[in-house]
Amino acid sequence: MTFFFEVLIGGLLAGVMYSLVALGFVLIYKASGVFNFAQGAMVFFAALTFVGVQEQFGLSFWPAFAVALGAMVLLGVLTEKIVLRPLVNQPQITLFMVTIGLAFFIEGLAQLVWGTNVYPLNLGIRDEPIEAILENFDMVISRFDLVAALVAGVLVAVLAVFFQVTKIGRALRAVADDHQAALSVGIPLKTIWAIVWSVAGFVALVAGLMWGARNGVQFALTFVALKALPVLILGGFASVLGAVVGGLIIGALEKLAAVYIDPPIRGGIESWFAYVAALLFLLVRPEGLFGERRIDRV
Amino acid sequence: MTRILGEPILSVDNISLAFGGVKALANVSFHVREHEILAIIGPNGAGKSSMLNVINGVYRPQVGEIRFRDRAWKRMVPYEAARLGIARTFQNIALFKGMSVLDNIMTGRNLKMRSGLIRQALYWGPNLREEIEHREKVEHIIDFLQIEHVRKTPVGRLPYGLQKRVELARALAAEPTLLLLDEPMAGMNVEEKQDMSRFVLDVNEEFGTTIVLIEHDMGVVMDISDRVVVLDYGRKIGDGTPDEIRANPEVIAAYLGVAH
Amino acid sequence: MLYREAGQFKSSYAEDQALFPIRQDRYGMLVLLAIAFVGVPLFASDYWLTAILVPFLVFSLAALGLNILTGYAGQLSLGTAAFMAVGAFAAYNFELRVPGLPVLVSFVLAGLVAALVGIAFGLPSLRIRGFYLAVATLAAQFFIPWLLVKVSWFSNYSASGVITTQPIEILGFVFDSPTRKYLLVLAIVCVLALAAKNLVRSSIGRAWMAVRDMDVAAEVIGIRIVRAKLIAFAVSSFYCGIAGALYAYAYLGSVEPDGFNLDLSFRILFMIIIGGVGSILGSFLGAAFITVLPIFLDVLLTDGAHLFNLSLPAGVTSMAQLVVFGGLIIFFLIVEPHGLARLWQIAKEKLRLWPFPH
Repeated sequence: MTFFFEVLIGGLLAGVMYSLVALGFVLIYKASGVFNFAQGAMVFFAALTFVGVQEQFGLSFWPAFAVALGAMVLLGVLTEKIVLRPLVNQPQITLFMVTIGLAFFIEGLAQLVWGTNVYPLNLGIRDEPIEAILENFDMVISRFDLVAALVAGVLVAVLAVFFQVTKIGRALRAVADDHQAALSVGIPLKTIWAIVWSVAGFVALVAGLMWGARNGVQFALTFVALKALPVLILGGFASVLGAVVGGLIIGALEKLAAVYIDPPIRGGIESWFAYVAALLFLLVRPEGLFGERRIDRV
Repeated sequence: MTRILGEPILSVDNISLAFGGVKALANVSFHVREHEILAIIGPNGAGKSSMLNVINGVYRPQVGEIRFRDRAWKRMVPYEAARLGIARTFQNIALFKGMSVLDNIMTGRNLKMRSGLIRQALYWGPNLREEIEHREKVEHIIDFLQIEHVRKTPVGRLPYGLQKRVELARALAAEPTLLLLDEPMAGMNVEEKQDMSRFVLDVNEEFGTTIVLIEHDMGVVMDISDRVVVLDYGRKIGDGTPDEIRANPEVIAAYLGVAH
Repeated sequence: MLYREAGQFKSSYAEDQALFPIRQDRYGMLVLLAIAFVGVPLFASDYWLTAILVPFLVFSLAALGLNILTGYAGQLSLGTAAFMAVGAFAAYNFELRVPGLPVLVSFVLAGLVAALVGIAFGLPSLRIRGFYLAVATLAAQFFIPWLLVKVSWFSNYSASGVITTQPIEILGFVFDSPTRKYLLVLAIVCVLALAAKNLVRSSIGRAWMAVRDMDVAAEVIGIRIVRAKLIAFAVSSFYCGIAGALYAYAYLGSVEPDGFNLDLSFRILFMIIIGGVGSILGSFLGAAFITVLPIFLDVLLTDGAHLFNLSLPAGVTSMAQLVVFGGLIIFFLIVEPHGLARLWQIAKEKLRLWPFPH
């Protein structure tokens, strides 16, 4: 039983890392109805920029963080201005496809600038079992996982407060509800979108640092986004809470499956397990855990 | 004008429909007789469109029954409704934007086309004959509604009034016995309304189609309909000839408001 | 002056519904076919045939398949490569396990197997739509190659699932040289392209477009949405399956499941975006563009580097490719969402009036 809980907790903590990435998707989807496939590329771009400026200019953590954040904000604002503004009111599927193009563009650009090497990223948190838990409960829980979970938790809390309390947050919720109506009461739509893309860039940076510290900063980071998609299906595209809960569920299921289902069929199921799980769930509840049921008005 | 009307072809009995806590229709019953033009009127949000959506199965009512040609349904299914000969137009034009006028109208014939996939892939022999046979039917409707000049135009490029006409053409292409028109004249100027009214009357006369229409323009409603059903807040508050409706105090109250 | 339709009157609906109602288009097509079937085999080098023309045709077929599903029926799929993989491995197994089965029959059966798999993965489309569905098709993209590697029966127990295709032999005639392979692929692609064109101008094509443009209205007019969508998945996967079989048999000769990856799916998606979503012609234009572009970029960058005496770091060309692909997708979706096919159409309309613009 201890082993089961160890696996479960490990899975939940890993799931938080998925939530971290999924969060970026949700922010942009909520505000502009764009399903941003480039979120993974943004995670990669952010992490690569961070380690890139650290390597090249010998910057310490915070200056490098500031530079990377600046780059993400610039990227977000430019994306909004150049890519999405001309496509306002286009079908969602067009917007989705354009972000696939954007993903390719960002991935190529990041590597043209910083090269194709794998960079290690050290945040000073060791990926080793926490001794207190190991001694008292006989469970292996990684310190890194726990810290990552805390970071994600703080980030979600900050975002929640930001959206509930601040003026920008209120405007953003209005925009999410109805673009036209928001525009008509004088909410500067374009500014809001630019802000959202910047915030999504910030979230991508945090996710990039955590994932980069775990796996090294390399092209494979973009695949992290592919892991976040089932999370979104499960949680619903427009729900922050859904991103968190969905991440936890997928993380837990994936770890449990890896331990209990994988060995008998000789491995490799992590590439698709989350998708199939999410898909089966979709058949039962097409709008996701926290999504709203659509009513066709004709 | 005296007209000979047939037996009731459609009747809805005690229909109630709610979305969550919002009641759209409460216990509504009425019937439509063969060859009749029935207008459903009522203020915005009275449940008129919901009623049409119940009749052809887009919405499923919680309570009630729909009878069409001696058969009863708890709820209709859109495909089934189409097969039974119920066609409709929509309040906000629901044409297939990426297709030409001709193709849009041809979709109305889909139900009647029989060629299998392989034959369609060959586009030769039986399939070609079928395509042409249906094209002829469609051209007849195009003639009837006077839209020959735009038949190859993508519908998105047409002005609003013509789009409404194409939508009517698409519905007619299915050769319906019952035609549901959801605000066919909304947003039109006087001449366009006159044209459309004439088309509606012609359809009724020439094809014998039974018509249920929703309309806000009282002049038009009183002119062309045989009978009027009035809805208010999801309830039926009136049902009768145009003259009876004009004199109905509850209808007048709903439209003009009453002093309390 | 040359491209005039004045004076060409149509006197029957059959003439009006012909494939190329305008005489010049008919002749143009005949000339093109003559070049493709006679000119190219006579004059093209082996490099052109094997490295450009055959992959171009194979990708055209895959793009055609995806275009049927995405462009006509409006169901976005990111799993094209997976359905190609099904086709390739199915053909291989039919040839392997049924001795004496004609190759063309194997190809058709492979297409049918792919169609069945397509229907299975299309089932979620009955309940979900838009990018929810796109994400669902990713399940196919990840699951199918995994399964093909995992169950080594599919690859006749070879290491990491690599299959080497059997020689293509039809009625004793062996398609072994680049020219012969090219002609075989060309013939298959022509037949299937014609069939696709016929489908999209028949009732099923109208049903697809109706479902794409407005599903509620389609249902109300009597189109069975479930049926239309599943047929779209089936036909699309059939095309992709045959494309996959040709990819293995006529282009690469040996393939592994991991070669049919998400990147390949994206590449085919890019073909239809650039070529023209919802256009048969566009599938070809897009395939040509995406096949030739990397070669062109490569030449450009290497020559450019030589010119300025620069040594390019490794990987720059592939990075530049990503940037250019991504940039082009963004550009086309913003500026010309109907792709090269629409540009061609506009050019033709201009030409109709030339040289008198009024």
